Amino acid sequence: MNNFSNDLLAAAPEVALAIGAMVLLMVGVFVGGSEERKGRVVLPMALALLLAVGFVVPRFDGAQSAFNGLFITDDFSRFAKVLILFSAAIMLFLGTDYLRRNNLLKFEYSVLIIFATLGMCMMVSANDLIALYMGLELQALSLYVIAAFRRDSTRSTEAGLKYFVLGALSSGLLLYGASLIYGYAGTTQFDRIAVAVSDTDAPLGLLFGLAFFIAGLAFKISAAPFHMWTPDVYEGAPTPVTAFFATAPKIAAGALFARAMIEPFNGIQADWQQILAFLAICSMFLGAFAGIGQTNIKRLMAYSSIGHMGFALVGLTAGGEQGVQAMLVYLSIYLVMNIGVFAFLLTVTRNGVQATQIVDFAGLAKTNPASAAAVAVLMFSLAGIPPLAGFFGKFFVFGAAVDAGLGWLAVAGVIASVISAYYYLRIVKLMYFDEPGEPLEIVGGIEHRIAWGVAALLMLFAVAPFEPFNGLGAPEAAAKAAEALLN
Amino acid sequence: MAIGLEHYLTVAAIMFVTGVFGIFLNRKNVIIILMSIELMLLAININLVAFSSYLGDLTGQVFALFILTVAAAEAAIGLAILVCFFRNRGSIAVEDINMMKG
Repeated sequence: MNNFSNDLLAAAPEVALAIGAMVLLMVGVFVGGSEERKGRVVLPMALALLLAVGFVVPRFDGAQSAFNGLFITDDFSRFAKVLILFSAAIMLFLGTDYLRRNNLLKFEYSVLIIFATLGMCMMVSANDLIALYMGLELQALSLYVIAAFRRDSTRSTEAGLKYFVLGALSSGLLLYGASLIYGYAGTTQFDRIAVAVSDTDAPLGLLFGLAFFIAGLAFKISAAPFHMWTPDVYEGAPTPVTAFFATAPKIAAGALFARAMIEPFNGIQADWQQILAFLAICSMFLGAFAGIGQTNIKRLMAYSSIGHMGFALVGLTAGGEQGVQAMLVYLSIYLVMNIGVFAFLLTVTRNGVQATQIVDFAGLAKTNPASAAAVAVLMFSLAGIPPLAGFFGKFFVFGAAVDAGLGWLAVAGVIASVISAYYYLRIVKLMYFDEPGEPLEIVGGIEHRIAWGVAALLMLFAVAPFEPFNGLGAPEAAAKAAEALLN
Repeated sequence: MAIGLEHYLTVAAIMFVTGVFGIFLNRKNVIIILMSIELMLLAININLVAFSSYLGDLTGQVFALFILTVAAAEAAIGLAILVCFFRNRGSIAVEDINMMKG
């Protein structure tokens, strides 16, 4: 019994989220009044829950595995959980205004975000193929529903349907891989798979399963060539949902990918390294080239995120402590940049309609100089131009790749990064040098301005005067996390 | 002829590939896609149960039970989204899911 309570304590953040989400469902049912009133009551509670859990998570210390080794909490999972919980809370908060304007402020939205976040926390803490699958599905099923959250819109429901079909296919691939890994390793637990793999040469069936497994995971982080759902879902889903998709789930899937490669399969790194290098190159170049012709800013951000996932995968391909650390730093910087950009996208309207075309931003510098400057900084950072933080993220992953003897991968990454700079800089050019059309309105409250302002300042001042890059302690935390994963 | 592990794996592989092709080659109806997904998951279950029995280890069967449960939830959510889509579009033909290119 004592053992069980220890296990529950290790999983306390997840338990709190699960119970909280169910309580909020009840609150939503029992509060009277209109749909919007229910939404207004439940949303602050959901925010408080996410923030409270987010503040509690870093207070835990050390590594502990629970529930017969199915679940593990260590520095790595805590690092990812802090990012996930805070970005989920920020995106829920920033989306409120948009939801209210579009009559979408229903209490189910907040509850689904919490369930998705719970799934993500399970994913990054999973130490077993079964636990991994359950976390992944909890997250995916919640995300399918919120992609189709605007029920009366053909685009939104189409986005949900496409996401569902391709997501289910990817779960199928992942599971088929998992079944083969189970069969040939004889166990589903990561540490025991690691033992089975290191004993002998890995059997062919296991490598076959590993390929399927990686394909399924690549779907989840939208790495090319498994990215087909991303642009359509980003474009069709309501903007707050897109903003959420671009942040927390990407971090969770990236962290899950890292754990699922490093922990069980570190012994056969040479085998998965080639597949990951292929995925990274495809993603970086697809993100760079396909983004060029886009006219819709949400679609552009989809290709941008495909490209960025490619860069993050370069870090994981390099492997080792340095590679994992670089990947985690990259993901954190990516997260801040996307929070800033989407905080801006959530608020710009023209004649009461959300502005989603890139040309809508023409001449923004003349009407809104401050926000144009902030967005320009974020765009430069996304493009990876020094001395902004985005540059240091790329610097870290490419450095890790070079040190791992993958210089060619770093060279390919630099080329892709230069190509993708074109479409980021085009937005800056539109804002500063083109004539404004009809004026844009910034309808958001002060919180949005703070969000994109802080994001832009973080990108600017991540370079401390004393050290080459101190990044508010993110690299040290990431180093601790990477160390926890590899030992 | 004794039925061994490899026979089960072959059947599962054939079923799985049928499911994947059902998703990609099907040009008619989204319901068929849902059936294909179900077929894939059942193929995986055959795999898991066959391995479980071969290894004398129960984990695979537990895994299969979890997959069955999740598959039910997945089908429910898929059909719910499909109903919403049908209300807006008036059709569930695969070629009508084309509001956004790609």
